[in-house]
Amino acid sequence: MSGAVGEALIEVADVEKVFSVRRKAGRLRRVRQEVRAVEGLTFTVPRGEMVGYIGPNGAGKSTTIKMLTGILTPSGGRLRVAGLDPSRERTRLARRIGVVFGQRTTLWWDLPLKDSYELVRRMYRVPDAAYRANRERCVELLDLGPLLDVPVRQLSLGQRMRGDIAAALLHDPEVLYLDEPTIGLDVISKAKVREFLREVNTERGTTVLLTTHDLTDIEQLCRRVMVIDHGRLVYDGRLDGLRAAGEGERTLVVDLERELPPIDGLPGARTVKVAGPRQWLAFPAGQSAAPLVAAVAARYPLVDLSIREPDIEDVIARLYAGGVPGVAAPPAAGR
Amino acid sequence: MLYTAVAAGGFRRYATYRVATAAGVFTNTVFGFIVAYSYIALWNERPHLGGYDQAQALTFAWTGQALLAATAMMAGGGIAELQERIRNGDIAVDLHRPADLQSWWLAADLGRAGFQLIGRGVVPMAVGACFFDLALPGEAWTWGLFLLSAGLAVVVSFALRYLVAVASFWLLDGSGLAVISGLAAMFFSGMVLPLRIFPDGFGQVAQLLPWAALLQVPADVLLGARTGGAVVRGLVFQAGWAVVLLALGRLMQSAATRKVVVHGG
Ligand SMILES: Nc1ncnc2c1ncn2[C@@H]1O[C@H](COP(=O)(O)OP(=O)(O)O)[C@@H](O)[C@H]1O
Ligand SMILES: [Mg+2]
Repeated sequence: MSGAVGEALIEVADVEKVFSVRRKAGRLRRVRQEVRAVEGLTFTVPRGEMVGYIGPNGAGKSTTIKMLTGILTPSGGRLRVAGLDPSRERTRLARRIGVVFGQRTTLWWDLPLKDSYELVRRMYRVPDAAYRANRERCVELLDLGPLLDVPVRQLSLGQRMRGDIAAALLHDPEVLYLDEPTIGLDVISKAKVREFLREVNTERGTTVLLTTHDLTDIEQLCRRVMVIDHGRLVYDGRLDGLRAAGEGERTLVVDLERELPPIDGLPGARTVKVAGPRQWLAFPAGQSAAPLVAAVAARYPLVDLSIREPDIEDVIARLYAGGVPGVAAPPAAGR
Repeated sequence: MLYTAVAAGGFRRYATYRVATAAGVFTNTVFGFIVAYSYIALWNERPHLGGYDQAQALTFAWTGQALLAATAMMAGGGIAELQERIRNGDIAVDLHRPADLQSWWLAADLGRAGFQLIGRGVVPMAVGACFFDLALPGEAWTWGLFLLSAGLAVVVSFALRYLVAVASFWLLDGSGLAVISGLAAMFFSGMVLPLRIFPDGFGQVAQLLPWAALLQVPADVLLGARTGGAVVRGLVFQAGWAVVLLALGRLMQSAATRKVVVHGG
């Protein structure tokens, strides 16, 4: 692999994408309407980093990924990946990047998984030794051994996704883009995918840009997170900073021995819901849960407890409503 | 080579559909009998219709059944899948890969046709030869020329279906066009009735259209209606249409690629 760790591998400067769509207006009239999928997008990703890219549906995540692979040209701004202009040099770039679109497969539907890998090897002209080593590693870490001879159409969604991720890495890409790789996956597949991505990033030094709307993916994998909403980057920095910036609340769910009046008088927490012996306490995301748990346990007959993280939609809603610091933060903020 | 591997994959893929293949062989054979008996009735009434004797007419009927699956006249063949990928947007992923879309699908379709020529063609032809008096050539090289012509038929058929599939980039629903194109192929290839039996003007024009390359030409090579220079002219006719239609497909493909890359589909 060429280039040093830390050098900017992905550079996005003031990028914009405007789609023009035709809408029905009245019975026969059709009007052209502009949809700004992405605007003023600016960030850089250094080589070797793993970045989470989150945002609600329709925020512009897939549009960004498509522009970074070259299958969509930006309407404005400047984009460079590994020094190449993606849409001008799509095929050259394709040999250096790997892409996984969670909803779309590149595997050959009716043939065994291993046949698709064989085609990838030829398509990217992967040298034999590298191909064998990469395939072996992916098969082992993603647990693909028993699936290699199974036709792709018979794989479960989670198995297929693991198969697709392996296919994207056989040619040793410098960057791996994943667009919603964990959407709809079962818990075990999710865990395997996450573990694998961590390995790819730390051991192989592959730069990873991961799109998701599942905050857990980011929590387990990425130190840096970028939040996009309505086509604009609203946060770029560390994950814990996002929580604080969003003033999100976490929820402590406690199961008591019996039905009791709402828990009261705990500093920094308020009871938001009671259902039988179960109660929900909200507290600021930036605050540690330990003192709160200790206080509840000391005063109440506690049977069980769990903590719920603020969901991302919630955090983003707060990011917007509050005009909190961190909104439109400079690209390197918090790193 | 990448594309040979793709073709091999296309072959293997269709080889896995054993039940469908058996059902197809059965259907082709049954239809072979139906068409053969209709032709017998017709040629008893009008001997030497279109310049064919009865054995040649029956050969035409069974050749049609043998080539029907390979040239994927009625259904889209493997191309229906391309149409679906265009419709649901998966095609964007394919554009990202360092492989040429048309070459990829051509290779896959040649693999498919290779299997279906053997899997769906040999049995009906053999059954036809057992039950009817056919005008099959005795020399190996005529069979060789027929296979070459059948191969070109597959390429022309692919080129036509590829145009239909790529048109889905602009059509909301490409299935209507696919049906029309399938019907045109059935009729103008000679599958319904050999093109030579149609009245002069119409028949001659029909024999110049690309669909004639699908069945009329290869059947004539096999049953001996084309010999010597006429065989060569037939092959050149097929190859010419193949080149023209593939080139047209490329033009449409690059326009479609531009559309996807700029407008997102
Ligand atoms: N090809 C397209 N034509 C028109 N509008 C599009 C197209 N692709 C995306 N959009 C619009 O752009 C916005 C961003 O979409 P997308 O990038 O897919 O969001 P996300 O991946 O974050 O869910 C949405 O409003 C979507 O409707
Ligand atoms: Mg998306």
